[in-house]
Amino acid sequence: MKKDQTLGEVLRSRKISRRGFLKFCAATASLMALPPSMIPAIARALENARRPSVIWLSFQECTGCTESLTRSHAPTVEGLIFESISLDYHHTLQAASGEAAEAAREAAMQENWGEYLLVVDGSIPAGGAGFSTIAGISNMDMLLETAAGAAAIIAVGSCAAFGGIPAAKPNPTGALSVAELLQGYADQLPDTVNATASELKSKPIINVPGCPPIPVVITGVLTHFLTFGTIPELDALSRPKVFYGNSIHDRCYRRPFYDRGQFAETFDDEGAKKGWCLYKLGCKGPTTFNACATAKWNDGTSFPIESGHPCLGCSEPDFWDAGGFYKALSTPTEDISRAAVYAVAAGAAAGVALGAANRAKKSKAAKNHQKVSIDDLEK
Amino acid sequence: MTGATLERGINALKEQIDAPVAAFFSSCVHCGMCSEACLFFTETGEPKYTPIHKLEPMRKIWYQEYTLWGRLGKMLGLSKPVTDAELTDWETLVYDSCTMCGRCSMVCPVGNDITYMIRKMREGMAASGHAPPGLIGATQRAVTIGSPMGVKLPALQAQINHVEKETGIPVPVDVEGAEYMCLLSSMEIMNFPEYIGAISRIFKHAGVSWTLSSEAFEATNSGIQIGVSEIAAELVQRIVTAAEKLKVKAVISPECGHAYMAIRWEGPNLVGRPFSFKVLHILEVLDDLREQGRLKLSGKEAQRLTYHDPCQVSRRGGVVQQPRNLMDMVAENFVEMPDNGTMNWCCGAGGGVSSNERADDLRLKAFNRKKEQLDAIQVEGLVSACSNCRIHLEDGLEEYHMDLPVLSLTETIAEHLAEN
Amino acid sequence: MTDTEFLLWVRGPAFEIATIIFTLGVVLRILEIVFLGRKANLAEARGSATAGGIRTIITRSVPESGTFKRSTFVIVAGYLFHIGLFVTIFLFAPHILTFESVLGFSWPALPTAIVDATAVVTVITLLVVLIHRMQDPVMRFLSGFQDYLVWLVTFLPLVTGYIAFHRVGPAPQMLIAIHILSVEALMVLFPFTKLMHAFTLFMSRWYNGAISGYRGVNS
Repeated sequence: MKKDQTLGEVLRSRKISRRGFLKFCAATASLMALPPSMIPAIARALENARRPSVIWLSFQECTGCTESLTRSHAPTVEGLIFESISLDYHHTLQAASGEAAEAAREAAMQENWGEYLLVVDGSIPAGGAGFSTIAGISNMDMLLETAAGAAAIIAVGSCAAFGGIPAAKPNPTGALSVAELLQGYADQLPDTVNATASELKSKPIINVPGCPPIPVVITGVLTHFLTFGTIPELDALSRPKVFYGNSIHDRCYRRPFYDRGQFAETFDDEGAKKGWCLYKLGCKGPTTFNACATAKWNDGTSFPIESGHPCLGCSEPDFWDAGGFYKALSTPTEDISRAAVYAVAAGAAAGVALGAANRAKKSKAAKNHQKVSIDDLEK
Repeated sequence: MTGATLERGINALKEQIDAPVAAFFSSCVHCGMCSEACLFFTETGEPKYTPIHKLEPMRKIWYQEYTLWGRLGKMLGLSKPVTDAELTDWETLVYDSCTMCGRCSMVCPVGNDITYMIRKMREGMAASGHAPPGLIGATQRAVTIGSPMGVKLPALQAQINHVEKETGIPVPVDVEGAEYMCLLSSMEIMNFPEYIGAISRIFKHAGVSWTLSSEAFEATNSGIQIGVSEIAAELVQRIVTAAEKLKVKAVISPECGHAYMAIRWEGPNLVGRPFSFKVLHILEVLDDLREQGRLKLSGKEAQRLTYHDPCQVSRRGGVVQQPRNLMDMVAENFVEMPDNGTMNWCCGAGGGVSSNERADDLRLKAFNRKKEQLDAIQVEGLVSACSNCRIHLEDGLEEYHMDLPVLSLTETIAEHLAEN
Repeated sequence: MTDTEFLLWVRGPAFEIATIIFTLGVVLRILEIVFLGRKANLAEARGSATAGGIRTIITRSVPESGTFKRSTFVIVAGYLFHIGLFVTIFLFAPHILTFESVLGFSWPALPTAIVDATAVVTVITLLVVLIHRMQDPVMRFLSGFQDYLVWLVTFLPLVTGYIAFHRVGPAPQMLIAIHILSVEALMVLFPFTKLMHAFTLFMSRWYNGAISGYRGVNS
């Protein structure tokens, strides 16, 4: 594929019909909650879009995000979009390795300085360079160097967005999210970084969390960027509102069971077999924002709840240390019954002591009683 | 130390607080429902007459002395102690505007027996010198003379002579071995001596042996009203001594409310031991006789009559159905008041209020509640079984220009005895 | 502190502390009362104190007609918000789970829509009740700082719970955390305020009924 082909040319060369292309634009428009009038604009923008350079850095990750994104049962237009970007650096997908791979990265950075998209998956260990290096460069340094020339950064997966599993207690590697790293370490820049601290701190970051994120969410974000050249509207956690604006709970097909109070108590009881709500089994649906309940996984096949497992809340910060996957949100995290029993005992002890003191005081008052005669009725 | 002091009062309050009092104060949620049950509030609209508010100084003492948080507050100097001035302010609330009628205790949603606590509060008020002067005088007379109204034996004997002449039946005095020893309230002796004639005729008719005691004829217990248990006990002891001396089976409390409460329910607890004799209200005796078929009556009252429940007899005493049985015997046209039986409204004069001249205006204002009850049923006569209620009802009816006779149930029964 | 960490603290150590203070405090208060004792009654009984005590515990919940006519607002509003509180606290599925984790047993829940509607009715009733307390002469006269504080700590869990459930605004974890925290405030203040009536009213109704029942009166 030639680097300066437009996206439209690429699609035509792949025998994608105009009709199929427009269908994709319409689907994308509706996915991003845009009105039908936007479809021609999307079609025009995508057709003429130059293939942007994308550099994908992988740090402390499990490669699950890449796996999710590249899963496809049949060639899809989404997959082709992905292919049609100029993915100039990606550990798993690139052909080159070793010094050649790093050289490709540096070349892409130089040629597209200020315009390339930086995608990051995996957390960054701030506890020491030795935890994770690539070609002898620490993750932290590589991120700072590469971020310096990026137009925007997409933090894919909960590790890059929020720290992820590596950040779980006691966080031995000092794992940080992309945002935390840039905010916390921009002031200690090595010489190799070609930007100021304030420039780095103000780099636009889009968080696309999930463990892993839904494939169509990633391509949706990319499509938005390609179409409008801007970042989609983000929520307080820098997640695209269009995909992370509703909670699983509010879109869950099992919600009527929650509302009627019908819950599965164990994984294999009657309720579970009937597909009842999984709140009692620890579902974090009410506090988790993602598109799982609507877009689902594997081309709309299913999602965890539909398969009978409570939502882990994997697109939320700290989901790994949130008190237990199988503890319902409305239950305490400590052993309260034990505390209550101790409190009853302590209360009984204190009560008996105070009660005895009360009795003693009353007896003393009785002892101090001076008989009131008719001469004692006036002051 | 002689004479009333704040210290003695506070000590008395500390003594009086028991588990029920502590439960009551813990449960009060300031809902205000007790105010709507109290005729002193309903007829004046003054929030200070809210029953639970009448107990505020006692509540403070409970809180500061008997709760953890209260004790801590007191230790740290953060609590306001009960002062003499405060108790002075509370005098009119605890005595003038409360007859210990018990209606508030029936209504409180959390079940507080506010009346129970008022009785105890008075112990502290009296010991600290905050009882009303009128009541102090009555109490002193009760102890020294034997009657709060100052009625001495010669006065009683004069009335007895009168009654004997009218009925032609001798009135037994100091008869050992009689079944019943009857008590009389000073109010009856002085204002309604017909009562003595009535019981004389009824007991002869029914073949009941009875007697008065020259050493203990007074039923009224000022000690209960003023709230000094040792004085109340002294007055009760006189009756106990006489009853045991005369070896009677039962002591009969007359048509009086607080007298019944004093001897029947407080008596044994005041003197510290159960009685060896029974205590009955005259209505209980009459109803027993009725049940045994020993009362033969002829004719009934034709006029439309209603019955006023004396609070200490019905709501606080438990004698509720008996007067109604007797009314059915003697009245053709007996109609109940709205709010009757244990929910009837107090006349407004019991519990020492009528001995308290300072409370006269308030007492008459409160009578309006009874007036409204009567207006609702348009009766021609009002029957009761307490002479204190009776005299106040007459007062009130006059004040409100209502021409309604007030009858004694016992006297009415006597009037209809078959041999007449 | 992140939202998640705050929610964990609220669901963890804070709830433990609140439970301890609540349980200890309630037991302590009850024993403080009971130990003051009651003198035995030496008068001859007419009726049964025990039967009277049990009876009044139940019947005092049913006001007689004259009382109802005079105190209609207090009685109706009182029942509305008490029943409302009972439904929203004890018959809502997520709450039943909380109780189950402490007590070890649970009970059936009401459908969420019913609990939701009840919450709205209860909130409105509580507001009306507050206005009444501030305007009615007797209520205003009787009420002090504690009465208003108790109203507030009762009101807040309802309102914050409703908001958290309907996820009004951002930060669902924070909304839930604030709701649980408001409940913890209620628990901590409970033993030191008139909220104790939830337990002690059984004692006071018992004593009332026993005292009257002894004399043969149904109170």
